[in-house]
Formats: sequence, structure tokens, C-alpha cells
Amino acid sequence: MYTREMKELIKKVEATRDQRAGVEFPRMNPEEKQEVLDNYHPDYNKSGFVDLKIGPSKGQAVPDELGELLEAYSSIKDIDLDLNATDYEADILIIGGGGAGAAAALEAKKHGAEPLLVTKLRFGDANTMMAQGGIQAADKPEDSPVEHFIDAMGGGHYKNIPELVKALVMDGPEIISWMEDMGIMLNKEEDGSMETFHGGGTSRMRAHSARDYSGAEIMRVLRDEVYNNDIEVVEFAPAVELLIDDQGRAAGAVLYNLETEEYYIARANKVIMATGGSGRLHYQGFPTTNHYGATGDGLILSYRAGAELIYPDTIQYHPTGVAYPPQIQGSLVTEKVRGLGGTPLNINGEQFVNPLETRDVEAAAIIRECKGRDLGIETPTGMIGVWLDTPLIERIHGEGTIEKQLPAMHRRYLKYNIDMRKEPLLVYPTLHYQNGGILIDENGRTKVENLYVAGETAGGIHGHNRLMGNSLLDILVFGRRAGQDAAKNCNENKPGQPGLKHLDKYHQELKEAGIPEDRRAPKLLPKYRHQKTS
Amino acid sequence: MAEKIEIYIMGKKYKVPETLTIMDAMEYAGYHIKRGCGCRSGFCGACGTVYRIAGDKELKVGLACQTKVEDQMYLAQLPFFPASKPTYSLEELASELDTISYYFPEIFRCVGCNSCTKACPQGLNVMQYIAYAQRGDFEKCAEESFDCIACGLCASRCPANIIHYQVGLMVRRLYSKYEIPEADHVQKRVAEINNGRYDQEMKKLINADIDELKDIYNNRNISS
Repeated sequence: MYTREMKELIKKVEATRDQRAGVEFPRMNPEEKQEVLDNYHPDYNKSGFVDLKIGPSKGQAVPDELGELLEAYSSIKDIDLDLNATDYEADILIIGGGGAGAAAALEAKKHGAEPLLVTKLRFGDANTMMAQGGIQAADKPEDSPVEHFIDAMGGGHYKNIPELVKALVMDGPEIISWMEDMGIMLNKEEDGSMETFHGGGTSRMRAHSARDYSGAEIMRVLRDEVYNNDIEVVEFAPAVELLIDDQGRAAGAVLYNLETEEYYIARANKVIMATGGSGRLHYQGFPTTNHYGATGDGLILSYRAGAELIYPDTIQYHPTGVAYPPQIQGSLVTEKVRGLGGTPLNINGEQFVNPLETRDVEAAAIIRECKGRDLGIETPTGMIGVWLDTPLIERIHGEGTIEKQLPAMHRRYLKYNIDMRKEPLLVYPTLHYQNGGILIDENGRTKVENLYVAGETAGGIHGHNRLMGNSLLDILVFGRRAGQDAAKNCNENKPGQPGLKHLDKYHQELKEAGIPEDRRAPKLLPKYRHQKTS
Repeated sequence: MAEKIEIYIMGKKYKVPETLTIMDAMEYAGYHIKRGCGCRSGFCGACGTVYRIAGDKELKVGLACQTKVEDQMYLAQLPFFPASKPTYSLEELASELDTISYYFPEIFRCVGCNSCTKACPQGLNVMQYIAYAQRGDFEKCAEESFDCIACGLCASRCPANIIHYQVGLMVRRLYSKYEIPEADHVQKRVAEINNGRYDQEMKKLINADIDELKDIYNNRNISS
């Protein structure tokens, strides 16, 4: 429920709605975009970053919080492990139970390999599950992979690796077809054609959705398929270290049973790292949309094993995180809201940015409105945000649109007595996605032999800024490609005796760089425990 | 500063600010949660919680990440529910009542107590979607069950041992695959891609320099 003061301010939003309806706020030109990014986007605030002192990407800037974990000793450094006492054995070890891991498992199995999927929390507790907006693919007649390619490159500031973008956009329609085939229930027109909408920075309406449960619908069907295919899944068993043979090839992983606190040895011919993002590291103190386990473990394990990072200093702040009520602060308000016509407004009820700029530009513009121009709305807890005019959606598309298209959002706000059909939402940018990650090729291979990376842990696909709907696509495209490639080559280049020698070298470098020995990683879970004060 | 209230986590008393969700309150009380926490946003169904307010006999349920604490709340999480899941190959099934009756015969033992509906933190009419499944009305079952997050609270309360969310999932998959028409434009585009329709243009773009790309991007036509 909004406070009396906030309700007064909402009247200004209502007062300007008539004159705003149907008017498109002008988009920024390239110079204006650069200016707002330079001055207001958190990535451009150099004080939040540190240059890596060791490892394969030495000299690369990373967020402070990630740097702390990359420049840390292994959490199993002083633990005596019998690496020959194998607990699990599989052709392919898949680490991570989100969309990319599930897609990789299905494809590996289909191509004749026996995968084992291990995951930190439950299978499906992943950012995939929380993706609301949708998945991009250029399958409409007025669209093509060419347009999709250009949108992705421009949105990524031309830093994307073109071959990866090509794989992304050319596989897109096939992915949608695969989803239809598995019985994923997408929003469709009567004749079966896809209902699509715009995301920020797209030139064609190519975002497909399943209400605002797009990722959840994909994830639960993928999970169902993994079980139908009799693939072994081990939950609450995060990987804490990769096993590497004497020639530097990935050979499995050390797993940690979160409940019994015992270690397990899992051996495999190929390893696919699909552990997702790192929002729970709360870069620059931002709240996050990410799930509980998003602590960047895959980046850390892969980096120690010799894989290179690309663009780890480009973080996506979703323009519209919840600023009020405080109980759900930082969680996601899907871009579909803006795709359907919802617009950000300042304290005077005025538009200040086109709702469909790319995410980095949109987020920076909102921060500018609050911090640079002091035209944000303050909440009782001191949080500042801008309005997102959702009643405008009903006005544009008719009454009932929000219930039909955004049921999750609507349900969540109703719990706090806010009816988004009648009242605007209060939003502020929130930490959402790591644009970069471990450098991969078109098949998910890394510099470390037999180690693949797929999903949010991978980098290069989205350049410096990912477009809405390209990550649900990316996890499926590269998850499947990694699964296929690993399965095809499963019996080639088999690793020898698994070991942890790579850690000795890494630890030596840490020591020489003067890193204190009590600094350990991976982190596995954030700690939100209240510190007892009395 | 928010007022403090008393809650009981598995019977042990803690004082927590009244504004917190159950999940935040557990962390405030000192728990480092391992199970019973996933997305923290109401999508994953990991944090199903049962509770009772002192003096009230009714057992209530909710998601820990979405439910606010109340004074004198006695709560425990349901970190795992031992549900069975039949395995099947969607390719070999038909979207018809017989399929559902074969895999989930227990749905016909529904006694109409409506406990499932009362237990649903999403506010879905669970008993109704099971009734649609019993009748073979898959479209309605799919629509009504769609917002399910598979937390399992419905199944935990069912005297007939129905695993409602598994029924909903299978019905939705059957309905989407076999009853909703396929999108022709998707198949057409897949064929075009496989026939090399875009290979030339793609090759040009991959080799283009940044200035060329910038020019194309900044002058591209944006459809409305």
C-alpha cells in the first residue's frame, strides 16, 4: 500500500496520462546515449573495479566483489581428499541445474552420451526460472536473423564476438520450434502464430513469452524432460573445484554435499560449466533480481583452471527493479511492462526517456533522473525511484491486459495492496546479469581442453550489454551446442588421472601477490544472517 | 524502526521486525538457509511454509519469500516433498483423457475437499483444474494451472494423494504440443536458414568493420 504522500504524487501521474497516451518520447542519439552512460551507469564508475593481479586474464578489470573471490585460495586447500575414490562417474559432467545445464543434458543424452547433472540447490533453482519477459528469435515474416544480429551487436556496443552472435540468431527459430515440440506453452494467436512484442533496443517485435512466466515455463518443461530421459541429477551438491589431469584437461570435479558437508569425487570425460550468474555478490551494493545461489562459482573454478575471462567488468542493471514496497526491493519488474507500453515517469509525472532504450541506457537515464536531476520519488525507507506507469498499459491495450499478460507481477503487488492496473509502480535499477564471463567459441569450448561453458557463465555473446530476451535464447542455444559437441567428442582426448595440481600454481601466484590465506572461494551462498548486536 | 513481534521458528521464539517476510525473518533470527530458498521472488516454489497463528486452529500455508510475518506465528518450512513423477515420452502420447487417467488414476479419487485450493500460495483454483483434467478439458486445465510454481503445498494436503502440479504440467505439455496449432512462420524460417538463405548476408556482417555496423545500426528502421 502506498503512503498518503505517495498517493498524492500519483495524482500528478494521473493528471498527465491523457496528454502522454499515444505519444512516443524521442529516442536518444548515439552521443546522448554515451553521455548518460559515462555519467550515470555503474559500470562507468571506475571506483567499483579492481585489476586482476594473477591468472590467465591478469590486468583485466573486474568488480571488487568478484575480484575478492577470483583472487582467493581454494576452499579445499587444506582438505585431504582421495581423488581416486570416485563417487560419481559419467561421460559428461554438467555443473548447474538451470536452463543451460538442462538443455546441455538433454542434447548430450540424445547424442549418445551419459550425462550427470549436479547443482547447488534444487534442479531449476536458477535465474532461468525467474526470467519473466521472454525469449527473442527472428521467426516472424517481417524479421530475419540479419536484423536480430544487428540489434544484438548495436545493443552490445559492437563488442560482441560476431561468430557467437551468428550462432545465437541463426539457431533462434530452431530453438522456438524445439520448444513447441516439447509442449512449452507460448503465447500464441488463434492460428498458432507467435504473439511477439518489442524489447528495449529491438528493431522488430521478436520477444516470445509465456505470460510473464516465460523462464519458469521453459525451466519446468526442460526439467520434466530431463527426468523423462532418465538423466541422473544430484541436488545440493555444488562443485567446489575442477579436477584437471596432468595435461591440463578437465576430468571432473570435487563436489560438496551442502547437507552432510562431505566431499565427493565426480569423474567425467568432458565437463560443462553452467552455473549461471553472480548477482548475489551485490556489486557496488546493488540489490539483485538473481536467485539465491548466483555467486559466480563457475567463473572462479574455470578461471583457476586456466580459462580466460571476457568483459567481466560489464554488468547489467535492469532498469526496473522494485523500489517499493521494501519487502520485495530489488526484485524484477519485467521489461515486458515497457514492451506493452508502460513508461517511466519522474516526480512531476513527466516522461524523461523512451521506454525502449537498451537496458544500460534506460537504467542510466533512470539513475540520472533520481541522482542527477533530483526528480525521483522518495519512499519511507529512504529509497529513491521513478514511477512506471502501468495503468497506461490497460489504456492502450484494453482492460484485462495486465491480468492476462502480467499475472505474476500483478499477483505479487496485490500481496502488498498495490493494484498495478490502477496505480503506477515505483522502480529503480537493480543488479540483473553479467554480460561477460568465460570466453567460449561457437560450441561452448574454452581454452581449457574438455571444459565447456554455457549460459550466463559464458561471455562474448552479448558484448557489453545484453538485450532483453537474448539470455533465454543464449542458454538454450549454447547449452545445446555444448551438449552436442561434448557428446560427439566424448571418447576423444580422454583425460588421464584427475588431479588438483593447477591449484598449486594458482596458490603460489596468490602468495606472491600477497593475498591473505584466509581468503577462500567459491562462496556458494550469500550470508544474510543478522549480526547479533547485544 | 519497525515494531518487533514474536514469531516461533520450529517452536523457538524470536523477536523480529514486523515488516519482514518469513524468509527475511529467519535470516534476521540467525539462520543461514540452505534448503527452502531459491529465487526469493515467488517463482521457484522452494520455500513452501506451513504456519499457524497462536489461538487459531487453522493451518495456513505460504511462500516464505512472499509472506509477511505476523505476531505469534508458529512456522516450519517444507523443504522437500516426496512426490512421484511418472516418466513418459511425449512423442508417444495422445492429448486425450486416457493418457491422464493412465498416468494419474488417483485424480478420480478426489473427494472434493478443496484443501489443495486453500493451500495454493498462487491463489489458483487447484481443485477446479483437476476437475477439468478429469473431464478431459485440457484447454481449461492448462489455462487454470498455468501460473503454478510446483511448490507442492497442494499435494501435501491432499487426502487422495494427488500430485496436482504434475497433472497440470503433463496436461499443459500435451495441450500445447497437440492441440495448439504449430506456428507456420517458425517452420518456414527454420527451412530458410537451413537452405542457406541468410548465409551471404551473415558472412558480410561478420566481416564488416565497426563503422559499417554502426552505420547500419543507427539508420535501421524500427517497426512499431
